Amino acid sequence: MTAFKLVVVTAGLSKPSSTRLLADRLTESTVRQLAGAGRQVDVKVVELRDLATEIANNFVTGFAGAALREAVEAVTEADGLIAVTPIFTASYSGLFKSFFDVIDHDALTGKPVLIAATGGTPRHSLALEHAVRPLFGYLRAVVLPTAVYAATEDWGAAGSELTDGLPRRIDRAAGELAALLSGRGPAAPALPEQVVPFAEQLAALRA
Amino acid sequence: MQFGIFTVGDVTADPTTGRTPSEHERIKAMVAIARKAEEVGLDVFATGEHHNPPFVPSSPTTMLGYLAAQTDRIILSTSTTLITTNDPVKIAEDYAMLQHLADGRVDLMMGRGNTGPVYPWFGKDIRQGIPLAIENYALLHQLWRDEVVDWQGRFRTPLQGFTSTPRPLDDVPPFVWHGSIRSPEIAEQAAYYGDGFFANNIFWPKEHFRKLIELYRERYAHYGHGTPEQAIVGLGGQVFMRRNSQDAVREFRPYFDNAPVYGHGPSLEEFTEQTPLTVGSPQEVIEKTLTFRETFGDYQRQLFLMDHAGLPLKTVLEQLDLLGEEVVPVLREEFAKGRPAEVPDGPTHAALVAARENETVEVAK
Repeated sequence: MTAFKLVVVTAGLSKPSSTRLLADRLTESTVRQLAGAGRQVDVKVVELRDLATEIANNFVTGFAGAALREAVEAVTEADGLIAVTPIFTASYSGLFKSFFDVIDHDALTGKPVLIAATGGTPRHSLALEHAVRPLFGYLRAVVLPTAVYAATEDWGAAGSELTDGLPRRIDRAAGELAALLSGRGPAAPALPEQVVPFAEQLAALRA
Repeated sequence: MQFGIFTVGDVTADPTTGRTPSEHERIKAMVAIARKAEEVGLDVFATGEHHNPPFVPSSPTTMLGYLAAQTDRIILSTSTTLITTNDPVKIAEDYAMLQHLADGRVDLMMGRGNTGPVYPWFGKDIRQGIPLAIENYALLHQLWRDEVVDWQGRFRTPLQGFTSTPRPLDDVPPFVWHGSIRSPEIAEQAAYYGDGFFANNIFWPKEHFRKLIELYRERYAHYGHGTPEQAIVGLGGQVFMRRNSQDAVREFRPYFDNAPVYGHGPSLEEFTEQTPLTVGSPQEVIEKTLTFRETFGDYQRQLFLMDHAGLPLKTVLEQLDLLGEEVVPVLREEFAKGRPAEVPDGPTHAALVAARENETVEVAK
């Protein structure tokens, strides 16, 4: 059976970053749960830090350089997406937003997306709900119900009666992504772009 | 194969001196550049059309009419004529008049424009950009071919018993190119009519344009105008030359770094690698331009953007000397080599008249 194409977009800035760490945990859990269902996954990680200059240049020139074009194509062709951003100034980071600004607005239509974020304090966890989720809503992606927020303290805390610990939240979100992907199967390869014959374009105006 | 220049008509400060030319200076500079283009043996001068500062050419037929009187040989064209926001009736009249005054040395390139507010300023809706381009051009095409036109459409008042005057020179309408940077619909439109397709490829990587031009060629054949290789293709280019390559790079870099379109973005080196921009010796310009044929096939018209990024007039005129004396003669020779006989030359009024007469003879037989 064809492997799923899973693309992981991570916008952490330090190396190593806790954003990448969270992205890796989510990826590992998704791959493991799909493997449990007998399904293969090809994973591609897009580190936006490495594309920062090309993303800025794309704004200035209107076209993507080679590495950015490759990343955009990977996201466009993915069966599912894991998108992880640090929370800066109460929202997604500028770099994270900029990457999705240069992608065609149809590229994510109908695509399952697991959203996640990191932050210094748990007080910003709802940025996932008021900023990141509407962004992918606009792009008509299928955003999974569980979004995973990891504050610095979560990396050293157990769950409680009221809240699951980070590993369980990761597994729950990844399980939702795995279930949605399994139910769908890998996407068929994209058809070449079709042009509407000119006579039809003219006729549409005369209708 | 035709070689020429196209100008945007921007008023841009010279970043090395901080001096901004006046609108009057820029308009006169465009005229000087066009006259120089003829003097150095180029085939085409094309002006942009814009309706907002810092651009001056809002009235292309006024400028081209003046140039028609000042020149004898060069083809006067546009890059582009806004088919979306201009009334197609006025385009039909203005360019037919220009065609008479210039004794047929006129063609034009249709474009949709890239400045959003121009649509509302001219009473149009930008969301209708493609439908406007399609309907307006269909009317323009008919006005130049049918003496009496009854017409009704979505975007302008109906016409009953309307005759656009003057009729095109020798009853042969000006040749039309359709310019596009991204829309397959426009390539399809050009193919449908058997018109030319101009890919203004100067700011974008070639892969994108290869697909557009392949589509145009394939559809041109589909509509029965000839083989894909006979479709009429034009390309842009952008160069800065000095005899010595290092001198060109040193002199042009501040202009590149501050250019309105791509400045403060990628480096000069990255941009020249990814787009048709060539900064170097005449030989390097020749080599880069010859690669266009490998990518896009034998084509009919090559236009260069020369007066960009705030370059002073004196420098632009020096560039045109190099282009006309050292680059284009070699390109003419090289492009002629191995060019199949059935690939047409660049379109001229005389050739269109001759083609029409051949058709008439065929029908009479």
